[in-house]
Order: sequence, then structure tokens, then C-alpha cells
Amino acid sequence: MATIFQKPHALTGAPLHYCPGCTHGIVHRLVAQAIDELGVEGRTVGVASVGCSVMCYDYFACDMVQAPHGRAQAVATGLKRARPENIIFTYQGDGDLAAIGTAETVHAATRGENLTVIFINNAIYGMTGGQMAPTSLPGQMTQTTPYGRDTDTAGYPVKVCELLSTLDGVAFAQRVTVDCVKNVNIARKAIKKAFQNQLDGKGYSIVEVLSTCPTNWGLTPVESLDWLRKNMIPYYPLGVYKDIEAGVKKGGASQ
Amino acid sequence: MVFAGFGGQGVLFAGKVAAYAGLIEGKEISWLPSYGPEMRGGTANCSVCISDEPIGSPLITAPNYLIAMNLPSLERFIDGVEPGGTVILDSSLIDREIARGDITVHRVPSSRLAEENGLAGLSNMILVGKLFHELGFCTDEVLDEAMQKCIPPRKAAMLELNRRAVALGARQ
Amino acid sequence: MKVLMKGNEALGEAAIRAGCRHFFGYPITPQTELAAYMSKRMPKIGGTYLQAESEIAAVNMVLGASAAGVRAMTSSSSPGISLKSEGISYMAGSDLPALIINVQRGGPGLGGIQPSQADYWQATKATGHGDFQVLVFAPSTVQEMVDLVSGAFDAADRWRMPAMILADGMLGQMMEPVELPEEGGHTSIDKPWAASGHGGKREHNIINSLYLTPDKLEDLVVERYKRYEQVQAAEQRAEEYLCGDADVIIVAYGASSRVARSAVNKAREKGWKVGLLRPITLWPFPTDALKKAAGQAKAFLTVEMSMGQMVDDVKLAIDCRVPVHFFGRTGGMIPTPGEVLAEVEKLL
Repeated sequence: MATIFQKPHALTGAPLHYCPGCTHGIVHRLVAQAIDELGVEGRTVGVASVGCSVMCYDYFACDMVQAPHGRAQAVATGLKRARPENIIFTYQGDGDLAAIGTAETVHAATRGENLTVIFINNAIYGMTGGQMAPTSLPGQMTQTTPYGRDTDTAGYPVKVCELLSTLDGVAFAQRVTVDCVKNVNIARKAIKKAFQNQLDGKGYSIVEVLSTCPTNWGLTPVESLDWLRKNMIPYYPLGVYKDIEAGVKKGGASQ
Repeated sequence: MVFAGFGGQGVLFAGKVAAYAGLIEGKEISWLPSYGPEMRGGTANCSVCISDEPIGSPLITAPNYLIAMNLPSLERFIDGVEPGGTVILDSSLIDREIARGDITVHRVPSSRLAEENGLAGLSNMILVGKLFHELGFCTDEVLDEAMQKCIPPRKAAMLELNRRAVALGARQ
Repeated sequence: MKVLMKGNEALGEAAIRAGCRHFFGYPITPQTELAAYMSKRMPKIGGTYLQAESEIAAVNMVLGASAAGVRAMTSSSSPGISLKSEGISYMAGSDLPALIINVQRGGPGLGGIQPSQADYWQATKATGHGDFQVLVFAPSTVQEMVDLVSGAFDAADRWRMPAMILADGMLGQMMEPVELPEEGGHTSIDKPWAASGHGGKREHNIINSLYLTPDKLEDLVVERYKRYEQVQAAEQRAEEYLCGDADVIIVAYGASSRVARSAVNKAREKGWKVGLLRPITLWPFPTDALKKAAGQAKAFLTVEMSMGQMVDDVKLAIDCRVPVHFFGRTGGMIPTPGEVLAEVEKLL
């Protein structure tokens, strides 16, 4: 009998601890699938960040390093500079990448580090129980914005793809979501491309995945997908923000 | 010995040449600079110890030799000079009388001499020439070798000028 | 022939000769010459010099490179070390070796830029959050800086823990003659634990410091502390100078031990029986050497460039069996041999 669906080899098979309806599971699968399809599991090292996905070091079958909060891209820089032949990816949430790790993100990007960054944007701090994230929407109710995010006092959301696409070191930036089969397929291709770019030495590639957090949004999984479509996608438009076909590496100190 | 002057006068370089001469002679040596904002045009100095014994504190508060290239430096260190010690100063920039009778003072108009002899910026090495002449601590060959160690190959043209400055200083 | 080198530059060259090819740094006085030296040397030998966006990023790049199984280092001065403390704690918790250099300056806060030894407590007791230690080496000459760098890398690899060289602005800035070790003479050990890519040949390696089950975390920390006991037995080092018949023994490390040595020489000229005990490792603290010295000395005088930090460890090491006195200058001030001698005289 022909196998038409199976667990990617790059996932260990350990049961995931994520809440029902959370899209981390889908994104984990897409990352593992890309690693499988490119045949690079043996030379891939993933960097787990602090947040709900911190324990993804148990789920991905490649070597894994768990980084301090916000420092995933600095750790990834060290891993890549030490062994440039290896494929290094980070898997980070919005608090990690766009709040405490903003400096590490912007500078890894501006250096054009040859890395693959998977960025989960669900507009909330999941692991600590639903506080405002740098990407929480204006007016969004969270544990620490109980009256809704007031942009006068709590500021505006950080639009990561838009921000990073202004940097010369970024080769590829795309925002995707995984709310339906069509979008999952788009996300699959984007993630694979972000890995392929690293194999091709093109430089910094980031895929931002708009994700759901039913538990902390206080919605059912289905309602969450609706909320994402109605509120997040209009604020964070999907699409390719940057794609430098030739890559960003020029070679040579005198450039 | 202490070398002191304005930042940019080359006191650290002069100290380094002295330290290298000590090294070539097989002595224990240390070279300790002042550092930080004062290096940007303020007063700069370095302590150089040349000794037969392992060097304890490399920071000199009572030098046997003081090479002073401006008035603030002279004023800062003159009282600490060991009785019987020697002061070599740039008399074209320092016109102060020295009251102490227990030390030897050599006044060398090194800035003026440098300018008159086409040795711009080498007032420091004129004083080094005088210092080593007074010290009698090593041969001219050793001092020359020390200068070669301190001048990088890409600045090889400077070596000849440094040699002229040292020779000029020794005649003062 | 020996070459004249600044302490900061000698640290860099020694690291290269110990096989380190990955340096991640951030400018701060008075350690900057080390970073500048590495930026000049590393590209010529196929190594990495990376000027990070912060000390925090730099130490985490070291974490990543060390996790990949290579020798990696960073350097800074006091305020920058505070920023690195997060990464140092994570490396200790992940059993990663690394070399961190602290060319100390005056504190607290931005403090000053002149030499200081006020980070002793930070280095030996509170390098970051949690139960852990780092190896701490305290050189007192430029030559010793060179010698301790390769020793620190070796010990860090052997014990799988971060090592720190605790220097100061005086040692970093001064030049002394040094003899450098042969290039390529270092030994490297196998690191089967590294996250270097499993190549399909083994289970995946995980470099991690997170353990949400308390009994599991307790077990791991207790195991680590058993290793620390072995480190304490194996790595303690101190130098004794004229301690044999001494009534008063000065205890000092690094720059202040040089001042103390001058004071001891002056004391001996006067016929006073004074010696110097100089810790070379600050963690593990050379307790054995101090216990031995306490058997014969009538008093100890600890000399530090701080308000008195190591003095506590001296008292603990000898169970306060003889009086332990303290003399220190702080804020970037360097004690003079005369000042130390005056303190010694009070104890005779």
C-alpha cells in the first residue's frame, strides 16, 4: 500500500505539549518537512527560544540548542560562524523575537547572517499566560492590557517583516499564515525557500507565521482562526516583503 | 623612569623604545601607560621599569628619571623624583625654575631643535637620545635595535629620522 | 627572543595559540585592545572576529559557538561583564565551556576606567543567577596572562564549565616581555555532546538548561556540584613568596599582588619577616595553601583594589584561626608599596 501521509523524519515523535487549536504543531511539521525534503537533518541545528515553543528541542530530531530569552539569533550566529557548513534555524515567538530580542534580531538581519528564522506571531505572550506582546493589536485585550491595548500608553505593534525588509542584510522576508489548506501550502513553500536560501548562501531569511492562541485569546480553535482572519491579517498583510534573488553576500572586505 | 607630556607628543613611544632597550639588554622590564580620555590631547604618561629583579608594582610614584615634555607633567611628577634622580625636560616648552637641589636637571630645547632640524614630531626622541647618553645603560647599537623593534615596517622611512633625533639629543 | 606585548594583546595571541578561532566582543575601556587585536588576526587565520551589538549578544554568540563544539571566547570590562552574566549562567547550566575575560575597571555603575579588583565577588560568587561556579584565574604578569589562557581553555573543556580570566586595567594596558607558546601546540579534546549536526549517526544532542521538574533539576545541580568538588581538589593554585619564616603574610592577587611583592621586598630590607601568598585561582580558592600558611603566620593582611572582598574567603579558608586584616584602595586607585608597608608595620 502506498504511503500518502506520514510524520516527517525530522520530528522525533514525542507528544507535543501545545494547547488544542494552537498552530505551533502545523508550523513544526512544515519546518520538519522542509528539513526532510532538503535532506539536511544530519547537519541541521535548531535554536529553541523562550516561550511556548521552548521545548521544541524535544520535538525536532536534529541537534538542538535552547537559547536565553531573546538571544536565539545571537546563539544561531555563534553556531553558524563556528560551523558554516551546518544549517541553522531559530524558532521564535513574538515576545522573544520582537521585544526582548529586538537588538539580536535587527543586528543578525543587518549583518546578513546566513540563517533561517521562523517567527511565530500570535499577538500575545502564551507561556506566561496571555500578557501583551509587542505584536498585540491596538485595542486588543490581554492580561496586562485589560482595557485593550492603548496605543497612547502601550505603543503600537511591531511589524516585523516591514521593519526588517528595510535592512540591506535581509535576503528574504515573507509573512504567511496557516489558517486553511491553501495558506498552509503557501507557508510550506516559504519555509522551504528560507532553508534553501541558506543552502545557497543567500543570507538572512525570515518567515513570519501569523498564528493563533485559543487559550489566551479566550476563544475556541475555530473562533481563533476567524479572529486571526478578521483582525490580524488586515493589520499584518500576508505576502513577500523582500526577496533578493542574488542574495545579500557580496564577498570581500573592501565592498 | 617616567615619560610625561601632552597626548600626541610621543611619550608612550619614547617609553616603549626605552623598554625595548632594556629587554634587549636582558633586564626585567615593564611599561605602563596612562589611558583613557586624557590620551586625547590631555596629559599622557608612562612608567617604565628596567631592573635586575622581577618588577613588583609597575606604577612609578618616585622615578629615578623623569622625562617631562610640558609644564603640567613636570609639576605633577617633580616632587616625587627620588633624591639623586635626574630630570630631562623640554626647555622650549618649560621655563620654570626647579627649586630642588638634590636632583640633576638637564634642559634640552627639544621642540625647537626638532623644528630647526627637520625633525617635526620627534622632540620625544631627542630627549630619548639625551636620556640614554646620560644613562650610559646600553650601546648605541642596542638603542638602534630597540628603535627598529618599535617602528613598524610600513613606517620604515621614520627610522632614519628617529636615528637623527636620537643622535642630536645625545650631543646636547 | 621575548617580545614586548600589552596584556590585552597577549591575551588575544595566547587564545589564538590555544586553538581559539572564534571571538565575539564589544568595545569597552580598558579591554578594547584585545578586541582590536582579534579583528586584525582572525581574518588572516580563517577565524571569526565579530563585533556584536552588545555584550549580551556577544556572550550568546559564544554560547552558540561553544555549543557547536569549538573553542570560543569573549572579553569585556566590568560593566560589560554584568551584561554577560545572563549568558554565563546559561552556559554553566548547559555545561558549556567558554573563556570570558574581565579586564576590571572601577565601579559600581559606569564607575571609572582605571584598574580595579571590585568584581571579585561577581566572578567567584555571583557571576549570574542560580547555583553554579565558573573557574576564575587571576594572572599577575603579562607572561602569566599568556600561560593562563591556554590553561583556562583546557580546564573549561575538561570540566565542561565556563572559565574566566580576572585581570584589570593595569595588566591589560601594561607591556612586559612575553614568551609565546608554539602555534598549534595545544591539545583539543573530543566533544561528543556538541550540537554539531548528528549526521544520521547518533541520537540528536540537546544543549539545554531548562528542567521544569524540580527533582530532575536538583539531581543535575547536585551532580554538577560533585564535579565542582573534583575541580576544587584538582585546580587550586597559589604562589608563595618568602612565606617560610613569615610572621605576617600578605594575601593579594593580580595587580595588587605586584604592589604587595614590592612591599615584602622593602619589609625584608628592614629585617621584617613578611611574605606574600598570591592566589592564582580565585575559584577554586587556594584553601589548602592558606590553611598551611595559617599554621605559622601570626597575622594575615589582605590587600585588594576594592573595599574588601577576597578578605572574606581568606577568613573562611583558615577558619579565622589567626587575625585577618585588610587594606585596600578602590575606584581605580592603585595602592603604593609604601602604604602597604605602613599597614604591615602595624601588625608586627
